[in-house]
Amino acid sequence: MSEQNTNLSEYIPDVPEHGGFHKVVLELGVANHPGVMSHICGLFARRAFNVEGILCMPVGNAETSRIWLLIFEDERLDKMIKQVEKLEDVLYVRQHVGEHPVFGRLDEFFQ
Amino acid sequence: MMQMTGADLIVKLLERQGISTIAGVPGGAALPMYDALSKSEQIHHVLCRHEQGAGFIAQGMARVSGRPEVCLASSGPGATNLITAIADAKLDSIPMIALTGQVPLSMIGTDAFQEVDTYGLTIPITKHNFLVRSAKELLTAVPAAFRIAMSDRPGPVLIDVPKDVQNQMVSFEEYPNVVVPDAAPTFDIAAIEEAAKMIESAERPVLYLGGGVIHSGAAHMAVTLAEQASLPTTMTLMALGAMPMDHPLSLGMLGMHGARYTNYVLEEADLLICVGARFDDRAIGKTAEFCPNAKIIHIDIDRSELHKVKNAHVAIAGDVGQVLSELLPRVKPQLRKRWLSHVESLKGRFPLAMPGIDNPRSPYGLIHAVANCLDDNAIITSDVGQHQMWVAQAYPFRRSRQWLNSGGLGTMGFGFPAAIGAALAAPDRTVVCFSGDGSLKMNIQEMATAAQENVNVKIVLFNNQSLGLVHQQQNLFYGKRIMASRYERPTDFLKIADGFGMRAVDLDPAPNPRATLAEALNTPGPCLIHATIDPNEFVYPMVPPGAANSEMIG
Repeated sequence: MSEQNTNLSEYIPDVPEHGGFHKVVLELGVANHPGVMSHICGLFARRAFNVEGILCMPVGNAETSRIWLLIFEDERLDKMIKQVEKLEDVLYVRQHVGEHPVFGRLDEFFQ
Repeated sequence: MMQMTGADLIVKLLERQGISTIAGVPGGAALPMYDALSKSEQIHHVLCRHEQGAGFIAQGMARVSGRPEVCLASSGPGATNLITAIADAKLDSIPMIALTGQVPLSMIGTDAFQEVDTYGLTIPITKHNFLVRSAKELLTAVPAAFRIAMSDRPGPVLIDVPKDVQNQMVSFEEYPNVVVPDAAPTFDIAAIEEAAKMIESAERPVLYLGGGVIHSGAAHMAVTLAEQASLPTTMTLMALGAMPMDHPLSLGMLGMHGARYTNYVLEEADLLICVGARFDDRAIGKTAEFCPNAKIIHIDIDRSELHKVKNAHVAIAGDVGQVLSELLPRVKPQLRKRWLSHVESLKGRFPLAMPGIDNPRSPYGLIHAVANCLDDNAIITSDVGQHQMWVAQAYPFRRSRQWLNSGGLGTMGFGFPAAIGAALAAPDRTVVCFSGDGSLKMNIQEMATAAQENVNVKIVLFNNQSLGLVHQQQNLFYGKRIMASRYERPTDFLKIADGFGMRAVDLDPAPNPRATLAEALNTPGPCLIHATIDPNEFVYPMVPPGAANSEMIG
């Protein structure tokens, strides 16, 4: 080994700054069975993607559920949505503006 | 009307899906499934010595056959022991079905004996998973598992089956249909035409092939594209063999241990055509400095890979084979004499140095000596470490599925059980597992399985009494402070092999190591071939982790 290499050190990238201030609402149609929430929340938690609010109720004959997620937008949002869409139990993902009324009337329960 | 237990139904559904070999380890919560297997005339069960071995044997079979193969374990520790092999299959997109026993439904959540939340544990490492809550559900879950494992981007699927569900009787009119892969996503022909135009107008294009080319069975089309448009072609670790190493357009492997000229050619490219690869950090180095002047065409079946690491100018989500078959007739034949002669001159000035290639007692020399004893029919597996990189650099791979290794997860202990699986799937081929003493010890118990099954597997053991790649990095990047990377006590691998009932030969004292090697490789049955390697042999060139590919050492 030549001596010149002893000055080298391993380069480890910094943790990127994430998190914006823009709120976005995602609407997910999912299969309704135990474990679906774990699949979805795990994707967000792993990437430290900030989820502000979660609502989930069964739809129609309860074969499917609808999940509403309130999140802070950052530049990873498109990649995040593609990961969610890959889940077998996720039927569709729709993106709405942050002022979507679904979370609006919940304030009184969080006083 | 048919009536049977859940366990019998599982075995019947596996049989109907064409499964003929299962690797596993029994245990309390899997006993009904084992009882059902005892009645199967179609399925041969390979009794492994550790569940991780079973997982990698199933992977070895799947990597050779290209279709989902099955491993089986009990609840609790059986399931947790499978986890590394499942995660490995996820990162390399290998179709695999993991079946696990679970404690009875009523006891789930009570900290019952050998209970673990297998479903929860495997969510992030499977493509999908099931916790089956009634025998009737098996009628949909088992076919769905096969369909998911082999459709689109392949991957592992786990089915967790509580013991009472295995014993439960189920009645049904007829078996579900045998499943085939879903149709691949459709893609936009306009994007193909755009890609063809970019290839035509590029002056310094490079074709960059990944494991998706192998999974899609599209290697011949990728080679045709390269020849038609005169594209210098590099391959990831997962794609080696897609283009023969001795093809005039082959640049070999790119990245951390790629040849200097390969990384220099990429540096100069003005167009990168990425086919079934995912811009992994070991392949591209520092993202911002990879192919700094190139436009990018990215073809991948997994939409979430497009624009993930590098933004593509043209991104096509589709099956690599289907996309290439549309692209080929639209790409104009070109000679590109200037670019190819420039590539040739870079190759001449910065070739891959392979010191000791004529000496079978040195790493490159031993790899070449092994290759000289074999033809292209042989299957080569490797463990993880220096030996893996030397083989990736130097072995003359010439076909798809000739080379099996743990690319994404980098699992030491992969190579030997995967070789057993490969030999079970292709009993007419010789299977050689290049391993190191660190890696081999991680699944050495499967020597007993290899001896029992009498598979034609040869381990070529590079023994440097150390964790070579860790040792190398400590030397290069941590001030030569060697910490926990040297084994102070030697291990007598020959005695270990003998103890497991496996033949062993030692090249160290052999007066003619080439002859000893040839005899060992050409004698059917499992055999350990031991060779001592100097621990101060390093893999070069090397890009320091996190650095740009142009900053190679050595």
